[in-house]
Parts: sequence; structure tokens; C-alpha cells
Amino acid sequence: MSFTESTETITGCNVRFMRGGKGAPLLFLHGSSGAARWAPFMEKLAESYEVIVPEHPGFGASGSPEWLDGMSDLAFFYLDVIDHLGLDKVNLVGGSIGGWLAAEIAIRNQTKLASLAVVAPAGIRVKGLRKGDVFMWNAEETARNLFHDQSYAEQMLAVPPSKEVLETVLKNKLTTAKLAWEPRFYNPDLHKWLHRISVPTLILWGDNDKVVPAGYGPAWRDLIPNSRLEIIENCGHLPQIEKSDRFVQLVDGFIREATR
Amino acid sequence: MKFYFMHLMPYADLDLSYDEKHNSAWVTLPNTYFDPKKGHQLYNRYLDELEYADQLGFDGICVNEHHSNAYGLMPIPGVMAGALARRTKNVKIAVLGRALPLLNNPLTVAEEFAMIDNITGGRLIAGMVRGIGAEYHSWGVNPAFSHERFQEAHDLILQSWTQPGPSVFEGKHYNFDYVNVWPRVYQDNPHPPIWIPSQGSSETIEWAAHPDRKYTYLQTFASVSIVARYMKMYKDVAAGYGYEATEDQLGWSLPLYVAETDEIARREAKEHIEAFLQKFLRMPMEMLLPPGYTSVKSMVGALSAKAGHAMKQTIDSVIEEGKFICGSPATVREKLEEYQSQIGFGHLLTLLQFGTLPAELTRKNMEIYSKEVMPYLRNVTSKRAA
Repeated sequence: MSFTESTETITGCNVRFMRGGKGAPLLFLHGSSGAARWAPFMEKLAESYEVIVPEHPGFGASGSPEWLDGMSDLAFFYLDVIDHLGLDKVNLVGGSIGGWLAAEIAIRNQTKLASLAVVAPAGIRVKGLRKGDVFMWNAEETARNLFHDQSYAEQMLAVPPSKEVLETVLKNKLTTAKLAWEPRFYNPDLHKWLHRISVPTLILWGDNDKVVPAGYGPAWRDLIPNSRLEIIENCGHLPQIEKSDRFVQLVDGFIREATR
Repeated sequence: MKFYFMHLMPYADLDLSYDEKHNSAWVTLPNTYFDPKKGHQLYNRYLDELEYADQLGFDGICVNEHHSNAYGLMPIPGVMAGALARRTKNVKIAVLGRALPLLNNPLTVAEEFAMIDNITGGRLIAGMVRGIGAEYHSWGVNPAFSHERFQEAHDLILQSWTQPGPSVFEGKHYNFDYVNVWPRVYQDNPHPPIWIPSQGSSETIEWAAHPDRKYTYLQTFASVSIVARYMKMYKDVAAGYGYEATEDQLGWSLPLYVAETDEIARREAKEHIEAFLQKFLRMPMEMLLPPGYTSVKSMVGALSAKAGHAMKQTIDSVIEEGKFICGSPATVREKLEEYQSQIGFGHLLTLLQFGTLPAELTRKNMEIYSKEVMPYLRNVTSKRAA
């Protein structure tokens, strides 16, 4: 695995980065379980892109800044990150609350973005279409509900977490609560402004997502004008893990087309 | 030492086989399990018991706050305190509640407490808590801001009681241009006594023991070794601030059952305390400890102790740990005298009804306790103090 790790101080917060590959920049925004490890999909994307994976403030090895109260703070913070890294024509990819975050960034300022890909994003509400209550699930329910293919869940549950891993899990959960406990996993204002996103946008969803149901896909597609929805079959909430080849193929194909 | 009769008002008619279908008596247990006809009977029975404590010579009675559960039927404890304010004459009335962070307007508590304090001519004890974790699920309030909201709501209520109104409150979670609570509190020198019930938390103790506050720390349902540890911590923190904590700053709340003999007490209490432990308290960790409710460090500790937590609590295990005192008057006197002299608490809150304990056994418990335990302990503790 070829990636480098670094810690940089941005807006008073220590942020841990993993980076790998060469090419157009691709900034990956993780979901509520963080980004502790360089995952196979990152490695594959790094064959064509400069893949940059920060851990958000309040997650993993990054600091927990006083100013972080909600998703709006995190979105503005990432505009600082884009400036700090001097990124231009960056391809923004985010999963789950990272997808929500990516959309919040894009409605604030998309001048540095080349494309946007959101994977099973939280962030909006469709009345009557309930998300899973991740805060009520125990470790086993969480693992089982994250994946369509239960062998992934079993793999996740096979090794009991060390104290350090447990600390990270709880830290990530705490920040997730800050961002998403109430209103539950959405920003009541976001849907009003998604029409402002004009960069090409890909919306990806697993057809068997128990966290944010795939029924949200069409709602996102209808709210973002220049967007396309792709549903991945036999897949849960984490297509980048469960169907990583298909995920990379779709994201790579989309970015190539969008930035041609 | 002062003696209080504490009630949780459980839904004692609960179908105890609920746990074949549901994993908790909290948050998600369908309210179709509640029968209002039985509820009517229970509320009036429990209020009678609280009023009876006044006649039996208790120093105080305590009501409680929990939401969306069968464990305790007082989501709005002020309703109970209001009913008791007129029907009791001597006892202090402690409202333990109120769960401040759950509220979008904590001034409602400032108002409610001030009203009770006026009606009773200063018999109110003002409890302030964060609520238990389950409440954050039931009310949808963000537990990640629980500590912040508690502090701020407390500051706001104190301001409303101690500064002439109208005043301005500028907070992060709460903002008011006209803090001007009518009525003013009756106990206005400087304000009604404030008690801080807690399951045990060093952060809470540090805060309550601060010289600006010196609030009574109330340890709820915990083994006697934990009670001793936290009360020592309070005293040490006070010493660190340069003053000596008094007994008045320490309270303990626990279930207790006293009967003619040890054997009768154990036999009569068993199924009811076990219903309390195994049915009414039942909840998964995710419900009990939502993110932010405690620090990540204490949560790692709690999850590591999960094996112990999952162990079924029985009458024997809780008697052994000193979480539950049960026995003849002599046994109960001896244990309480020993614990009190070791730990030095000044307020003892006994839960003399628990779980499914029926009315007649509750009354018997109250009578034996108030006649054969309370006077003895009053005597020995006042001699020791003198």
C-alpha cells in the first residue's frame, strides 16, 4: 500500500491526512466511522488520482476543536482546508455524512470543485422514509445493518475491538452525534439550496442500504440539476467497501467524463 | 441525619413478560402496555403513600422525573409536587428532576419551582439533573451538548432567582432579553436548596462542591463502596477548595425493605426488588449511554465493565453489594449506622416502594422503618454530631 501520512494544523485544528497517488486531486470525505485505514478503494483510486483522505475534526487521530458544533462549521472548515492545500479543480467524493458534508461545501462555494460524488449521503429528509437509528444499534446490529453481504459483518465482528479502537469508535460516535443527532442526520435548510450545485454530480447508492435507504437517491437526483443516480445492486451503506471495484469503476468513469 | 421517603412511581401493573418481545422498559416499550384505569389507581395510591410519609415523621418526600418508560410515571414531576404541596404540612418536597438539558426553555423550571416554593412556604428542594441517557433518545435532544446545556440552564435559573428582574441572559443554547420570573422564590436567601442527584461522576462532583455552589450531591442507586468513594471524592474536592464539606452536602438514595425478621424481609421483598432490577431497569447500553452523555474515557470504562453489567442482578447480589438494604429492624439499623459513620452522609433517601411492591407491604415497610429505624438513627447521629 503506497500512501503517506501527515498531520497539519488548519484553523487551529490538527488534521491527520493520508495521501497516495498522482493525478487530478480527489478529496475523499469519510462517513461516521472515520477513515483510520488506507482502504483498498483508496489504493485503486490512487492509480489515477492524487487521493487525499483527511480525518474530520472530532474523528480518529484529528483534534476536537472547540468551534465544532455542527455540520455548517465542518463545511466552512473544509473551505479552509481547500485553501490551505491550494487545491483547484478538486474532485470531491464523500460517503454517508461525508456525502452530506460534500454537498454542504458545494452549496457554500464550488469554485474550486471539478466534480462531486456523494455516496449514500445523509443530509436531507424525505418524510416517511426513515433512516436507521444508528445511535440505538449495538456493535453487532451496526455491522449487520451496514452490509448487504453478511460476511463483511462477520469479518467486522470477528475481532473484538482493542481499548484504543473502542476509544476511536466512541470519539467518532460523539462527533457524529454533534453533527447529526438532532435534527436526525439532516439539515432542514439543505434541500432548499442543493439547486445551486452546478458541477457535475454523481449520486451512488447501494440498493440494500439500511442506514440511509436507497429511496433517498431519487430525491437527491431531483434536487441537484446536473446529477446522475447510480444504484449498486446487492450492496449496503458502504459501496466503497462492499463493492469496491464497481465503486471505483463508477467514480472513475464519472470523473473522467465530467472533467473531459 | 435527615430522612426522606423517595418514590419512583413505577407502573407496577406492567406485564412483566414484556421482555419476551421488547429489550427495554424504556424509550421503545409501547405505551399500549399502560392501562389508564390502573394508572388512575396507581397515581392515587402513590400520592397517598407520599402523604403518609408526612404523617409518619419523615423530614422530606421526593418525587422523580423520567420519560417514556414503565420504571417511573412522573415525566412532569411538578404535577406531583403541586398535588403534594397542599396535602402535606411539614415535609420538604424534593423534586429530583428536573432534567434541564432536555428543555428548550429552562425558565419553565424556574417558574415551576418558584410556584411550589411559594405554595409550601419554602418547603421546596430543587433538584437539577441531566436525565439519564434514555431520555435523550425519547426527547430527541442531542446528548453531545448535555453538559453544556445543563450548565447554562442552571446559570439561567440561578440568575432568575437571585438577580432582580428583568435581566438579560446571553448564552450559547439559551438567550433571553427579559429574565423576570414571577413569582420570586420564597426561599430567597439566596435561593432554595439545590440537590444534584448523580449516578456517580467526578465532573459532577467537582462542579457541585465548588465554593460558589456547595450543592448537595446525591448518589443514586449504587453499591456502598461506590457511594463511599464518591462521597470521599466530594470531601477531598471541598478540602482542595479550602473548606470542609458538611453532612448536609452529601445524600444517598437507595431501596430499602425492613420487616419483622431478616427472613420475612427477604421473602417479602424478593420478587418485587427483582422486578425492579430485572424488568424496570432493563435497558441496553446504547440507550443508557448515548454519545456525549459521559466522557469517552468513562464510556470505555463502562463498556469494558459490560460483562459485569450484563450479569443478572438478584436480591442476593444487591444486598451483598450494599445497593439494597433488607432485613429486620436490627439488621437495617446496624447497616445504616455503620455506613453513615463511615461515609458521613446527612440525607438518606429511601425508596420504600420499588418495582411491583404492593400497597400493603409498602405501608408496612414505611411504618416499621419510621418507628424502628428512623428514631434510633436520628438519636445516634445527633449524639455523634453533638
